[in-house]
Amino acid sequence: MTPARFAYARPTTLEEALGILARGGEEAAPLAGGQSLMPMMAMRVARPALLVDLNRVAGLDAIALEGGVLRIGAMARHAAVLAHPLVAAEAPLLPRALEEVAHPAIRNRGTLGGSLALADPAAELPACMVALDATIVLASAGGERRVPAADFFQGLYATARRSDELLLRVEIPRAAGWTPWFAEVARRRGDYALAGLAVMARCTAGRIVEARLGFCGVEAAPRRLPAVEAALVAGEDAASRLPALLEPLGSAEAPAGYRLHLAQVLLRRATEALHAAA
Amino acid sequence: MTASAIGRAMPRPEARRLVAGGGRYLDDHAERGELQACFLRSPLPHARFALDVAAAKTLPGVEAVLTASDLAAVCRPWRTESRSFPGLVSPRQAPLAEGRATWQGEPVAMVLAATRAIAEDAAEAILAEWEELPAVTAPEAALVPGAPPVHPGSETNRAWGATIGGGDPDAAFAAAALVVEERLVFTRHTGVPLEPRGALATWEPGTGALTVRLSHQMPHQMRLHLAEQLGLPVNRVRVICSDVGGGFGIKMHVYQDEMAVAAAARLLGRPVRWVSDRMEALLADIHAREHVVTARMAVDAEGRILGFDLHDLQGLGAYSVYPRSSTVEAISVVRSIGAPYRFAHGRARVDSVLQNKVATGQYRAVGAPVGCAVTERLVDKAARARGEDPLAFRARNLLRTAEMPWVNPFGAAQHGMDHHAVLETAKALIDLPALQAEIEAGRAAGRLLGLGLAFTVEYTASGPAVYGAGHVAVAATDTVVATLEPTGEISAQASITEIGQGITQGLAQVLADAVGVAPEAVRVGAGDTQAAPHGGGAWASRGAAIGGEAAWGAGRALRAQLLEAAGALLQAAPDSLDIREGVVTDAAGAARMTLAELGTLMLFRGHEMPKGVTPGLSATFHYRREQDVTLANNGLQAALVEIDGETGLVRVLRHWMVGDCGRVLNPLLVDGQYRGGVAQGIGEALLEACRYDAESGQFLSGTLADYLLPMATDIPDIALAHVEVPYAGSAVGAKGAGESGTCGAPAAILNAVNDALLAAGGGVVTELPIHPVAVLRALGRLA
Repeated sequence: MTPARFAYARPTTLEEALGILARGGEEAAPLAGGQSLMPMMAMRVARPALLVDLNRVAGLDAIALEGGVLRIGAMARHAAVLAHPLVAAEAPLLPRALEEVAHPAIRNRGTLGGSLALADPAAELPACMVALDATIVLASAGGERRVPAADFFQGLYATARRSDELLLRVEIPRAAGWTPWFAEVARRRGDYALAGLAVMARCTAGRIVEARLGFCGVEAAPRRLPAVEAALVAGEDAASRLPALLEPLGSAEAPAGYRLHLAQVLLRRATEALHAAA
Repeated sequence: MTASAIGRAMPRPEARRLVAGGGRYLDDHAERGELQACFLRSPLPHARFALDVAAAKTLPGVEAVLTASDLAAVCRPWRTESRSFPGLVSPRQAPLAEGRATWQGEPVAMVLAATRAIAEDAAEAILAEWEELPAVTAPEAALVPGAPPVHPGSETNRAWGATIGGGDPDAAFAAAALVVEERLVFTRHTGVPLEPRGALATWEPGTGALTVRLSHQMPHQMRLHLAEQLGLPVNRVRVICSDVGGGFGIKMHVYQDEMAVAAAARLLGRPVRWVSDRMEALLADIHAREHVVTARMAVDAEGRILGFDLHDLQGLGAYSVYPRSSTVEAISVVRSIGAPYRFAHGRARVDSVLQNKVATGQYRAVGAPVGCAVTERLVDKAARARGEDPLAFRARNLLRTAEMPWVNPFGAAQHGMDHHAVLETAKALIDLPALQAEIEAGRAAGRLLGLGLAFTVEYTASGPAVYGAGHVAVAATDTVVATLEPTGEISAQASITEIGQGITQGLAQVLADAVGVAPEAVRVGAGDTQAAPHGGGAWASRGAAIGGEAAWGAGRALRAQLLEAAGALLQAAPDSLDIREGVVTDAAGAARMTLAELGTLMLFRGHEMPKGVTPGLSATFHYRREQDVTLANNGLQAALVEIDGETGLVRVLRHWMVGDCGRVLNPLLVDGQYRGGVAQGIGEALLEACRYDAESGQFLSGTLADYLLPMATDIPDIALAHVEVPYAGSAVGAKGAGESGTCGAPAAILNAVNDALLAAGGGVVTELPIHPVAVLRALGRLA
């Protein structure tokens, strides 16, 4: 378990980083918190020829509210996002989900951007970004590019990020009057989720009038499920729609049928809780 | 009279050092000029292969790339044989597979390079052609007619089998008022010691001496096997096991890897180091406890157990583990069947089968958790069928002390145990009426709560006959050498080994009482064959029961020598003197001289010693138990679990354990062993599994993200209580303590989960670990 040979660059500015990344092409990998990439390299599952360490690039971890939009820098550590008062106020879904992300030591190093860029199917944050209707802001030497979260996650470890791009930040629109809900099922606390669900719902007069949701650990990537969201708003049994819609992953410890069952359990729990809160 | 050190709850100084990061494990040692080894392992469960190592050899930093034929020049193959398992089929093994790999992970080539990273690069650069062969992984598939042979040319994959029992089981079952039956499936798991296996071997061409540092439980055993395989005089081989970060049975076997490291050092004349990484560990450490047990129990009209009849299908892996043989685990299962209870008839058929998987072997509590789970599941089922309280059913059938010594139809011997004292202690510890009220209230509120019980009997501290009768070179006799330092302290060397369990502290407390010094004045070393005397090391929970006797004997012998010398100096009869707190006193307790003064006189001022006084500063005691093949311990465990009826997840809310390990040397050590054992048992019950793909035979649990160990948040409060019935046949009276937590926890949790499921109107689960999918299916909530 030692990484294959790789070259290493440690830029200190964004421009420098983007230049190195552009020259490195497909063989270059940005290194953020390293909580997934380093073990994958140690197992030689990931074999980048060039590792571009972003930890000395200043200014990528800012958390700020600008024009009613919460901006979280890609290099913000999970622990920092979890503890930030602006996040608690503007996107309370995130701290709920982050409490389920691994363990404190990992949250101290792992970053928001790293998690989104890796797009592990079990990761919590991609599902949250979909439910939050966040925008992923990417940068390359050619400039910035904005991608809605629902379009960013494209499959198993696959995103809309081009190899010459870096995640700069996410932008989360203000969601006054929306209620967040997050839960996941895991064999052990801090494990990869067998199934997780992030929901944002707008409720008035005791009913859900608008909803956005994203599953993690169920399908290859989180996505909006308009029919399910519509069923939630219509007060119908949304969970019963899932078997026809979801394409759950299967594994040795969690067969596909079990993941589907858990997705339904979570959606029913979410519906019940949101109605109770409405 | 000073307070006894035996039984005192003393923290051990070593714990402070280890917790502070001061441990010196295998990987903390380095040799000048060492090479780092990496193995190329078979990616397939069964394959013929051809290797081209030319390109790999040319990488900068690579010293050598070795294959089977290279190591054959310096290392002989070995084969697992035992007269206890006549006809055992287990072919010869060499350090590297030759032309055919029989399990995924088997080493086929070895790279020696300046760094581990370079060695891994070179291992990738080996051009290997693999021709996949049909593989057998599931034990049920191994004996199917037409199953592919694990070893081509073998007529059958049945490595060994036997029928064990006594009485007249057919008549007993025919006459039974009630017969309960169950088929239980136990999935492989493994020990996962914090420190993985490893070896650092140094060959001295000048003297022809080999020094091997190992992370292992039994240095003397390994010294012998290294000498045998490498053709060296045994006194030219030194094995050093310094701090060992846990063993659990994983580190008591002869593996290809360690042997290859020693052979490579001999071949190349350079120190060679290999430390297993976690992926190698999960793949290539022994696995354990793969059994499919179909068992039935006969009960008469009064609710008395008449007998057991079972078939145990055991998965062995590609070889029967060397030198002890994997089949020992099946015997351990059979001996544990019905063990706490009175029954007159038994029949156990055992089939141990070969598979294209890594070998299984002795892991903490060996087969006892399997036998206990089978027994306690049947007992619960019988009690339920009779409409009876499960504790009342058990109490009726538990053996009474007056019935002992007792030998059951499976040949398992028990003596001096008080199951009923354990039962009464447990009742007080658990407060059953309050707990049952709590469960009823919870169930009324819709919670799926369950309580499970398991009585345990575990055969520990194996005596010389256990392996000796099989002519297997495993020592069950142990030695302690105790020495008075000229400054008055006692130093000792023990053949028992320290693997993190704290036994050297326990032995220090025994020596303190035996000699008459404060326990703080005693220091016990172990693990280096150049210093430690011959003996068995750490296995079978033998440290206190066997090592403790050796320590007691050595301490008493040293005390006698010191009193003889002191008597000569003080012109007093030795038996009129005593040693208390490090001071030689007269019978009334008046100080005559300190041990420091005595030691100084004996060592540095020998000219002042009276003529003809010969006692030395060291005494050796060699302990061999002549009676009782094993020392059975006993206990009761109880688990309160809650099932999430929607997700199928099980949580252990509380766990109780009452244990009798005879004389307790140090309750802190015993409690730690009990709690750690229960934690491993919880893993076995709910989480840990070595899984293989049903089609390809590929190993699927290769990282700790896949192999689920219990974590702190999975372990509930564990309430402990002790019953202390000392073993009457020894001076100290200890029995084994290290494995009994693991022995009963899986059974208690299995019964608790089934209690909850049945109370909710569901079916039962019959497979360990208990998977949430199985729980949901038992509840009828998942197809």
